[in-house]
Amino acid sequence: MEITYWNKNIETMDRPAIEALQLQRLRELVDQSLKMDFYKNRLLRVGITSSEDIQSLDDLRRLPFNVKDDLRQNFPTGLLAVDMRDVVRVHSSSGTTGIPTVIYFSRQDMDNWTDLLARSIVATGCCQDDVFQNMMTYGLFTGGLGLHYGAERVGMTVIPVGGGNTQRQVQIMKDFKTTVLHVTPSYLLHIHSKLESFETRPEDLYIQRVFLGAEPYSENTRLKLEDLYGIDAYNSYGLSEMNGPGVAFECVYKQGMHVWEDAYILEIIDPETGEILPDGEQGEVVLTNLVRSAMPLFRYRTRDLAYVNSEPCRCGRTHRRLSRIQGRTDDMLIINGVNVFPSQIEEVIMAIPEVGTNYLIHLTKIGSLDKLAVKVEIYSKLFTGDMSALDGLKAKIKEKLRASITINPVIELHEPGALPHSEGKAKRVLDEREQL
Amino acid sequence: MAKQLTIFMENRPGRMKSISDVLLENNLNIWAFTIQDRGEFGLMKLIVDKPEKAHLILADRGFACVLKDVLAVTAENDQPGNLDRLTTALLEKGVNIKDAYGFVSPKDRQGICLIEVENPDGVDLEEAIAAHGFTLLTGKELYEL
Repeated sequence: MEITYWNKNIETMDRPAIEALQLQRLRELVDQSLKMDFYKNRLLRVGITSSEDIQSLDDLRRLPFNVKDDLRQNFPTGLLAVDMRDVVRVHSSSGTTGIPTVIYFSRQDMDNWTDLLARSIVATGCCQDDVFQNMMTYGLFTGGLGLHYGAERVGMTVIPVGGGNTQRQVQIMKDFKTTVLHVTPSYLLHIHSKLESFETRPEDLYIQRVFLGAEPYSENTRLKLEDLYGIDAYNSYGLSEMNGPGVAFECVYKQGMHVWEDAYILEIIDPETGEILPDGEQGEVVLTNLVRSAMPLFRYRTRDLAYVNSEPCRCGRTHRRLSRIQGRTDDMLIINGVNVFPSQIEEVIMAIPEVGTNYLIHLTKIGSLDKLAVKVEIYSKLFTGDMSALDGLKAKIKEKLRASITINPVIELHEPGALPHSEGKAKRVLDEREQL
Repeated sequence: MAKQLTIFMENRPGRMKSISDVLLENNLNIWAFTIQDRGEFGLMKLIVDKPEKAHLILADRGFACVLKDVLAVTAENDQPGNLDRLTTALLEKGVNIKDAYGFVSPKDRQGICLIEVENPDGVDLEEAIAAHGFTLLTGKELYEL
């Protein structure tokens, strides 16, 4: 198989060279962090007063972990290390308590991130000849714009169509002879189910490669998609706290995702004890971002569970590979590619007086798309017996949830006491989706 | 005005029986009922002989329920055109009918029409209906049939 690189020097550098580069960048990160009140207090507490205290990569373990709550508590600008006028991009994801997680990029940071995405794209065998149809949501989420700029940097022809409108997506694939897609696996399955109604067969399309992301799916789903469309489908990994997509990406051998270790320090820890686990053992993914000066973030606990493969890869890249994400350490749900915490839904429900405190989040699949039903109980004391008031209540809950979690739920009203009680170990989430 | 008991009820097997069980236990008599369906739930609307008592007992059992004003209309003679005259009377006053159902009185075999209305202008409904030859039953008259 022909192997192409974006930056062969860095992608194939030997482990001592990678680690030397990591150490140098970690020391810069520590110096940058010490300029910020939040990190300074934390670092001084563990006796780190300058980058001089970081003599080897083992000293990384002296740094405290950071978690999502740290980002929220520092909203909006507490973790901003540069003047706002030096920030060229802001991304944000919805938060569990209404406070979003916000990420800042300087011009140099954007350049670094874009380069990692270009590297990721080329690792899958793409080149300037490709036509790239980006079907991920644009906007505050990092997925859409991240890959967009990466693909442009590679020189691909970029079609920034965004999500939705299946018929138009298929028409564009045909009109522009699209060769590469960036899409959620559930949407790609959905499109396949619609092809016949557009009088289109998979072989009428020109698709060769697909970047999958934004939601969990199994190896079987990847294989199924590859089979249905006659394509190569690539797994990718990223999260907005670590810039977005492009933290790790599969190469043409599709045996795990190379973590770009010149840009990120990867640790796998026991989520209970915080102990660092050896390669091959499953634990929580912890990442240090070495290439974002506007908003430093080190030892960030992603809450994703995975393991590392340090065997050499046939592609020649020396960067270790991360397994498919095996699960989460928290209760985050991924619904049609959007991250949702049950607490976000609970918060909305609790603020509506006409419904009780018991609720049930019910997830099912319709075709290949997720359906979210939120079941709530009528609150007896505010029951008016008026049907139009009940219709209005459902519409109000639906709208408030949509505003909070960006997903349109189906609202169901139930009798008082019909749903699981709030005391004890109530099961709030009933997930009946078949794993993709 | 007469009172109708409106109960929130999930649309699944056994829920209507859970209400009728309570009425039976307490020896409450049903004159009329209807169900307004809305997918996963519906509203059960009841005319019973002791609406306050039924309301208190059902609420105590955890049901979301409420007593609502309802027009209980009856005519002197059961004849073709009664409903048309009644709707004409309400239309003249701009009153909107939200729900309606009926039953036959066990006492004198007269039809009784129960109407939930929207009356934003506060029209004197009794007068409007009487002008067309109808009688508006009071709660007491209705419950003691």
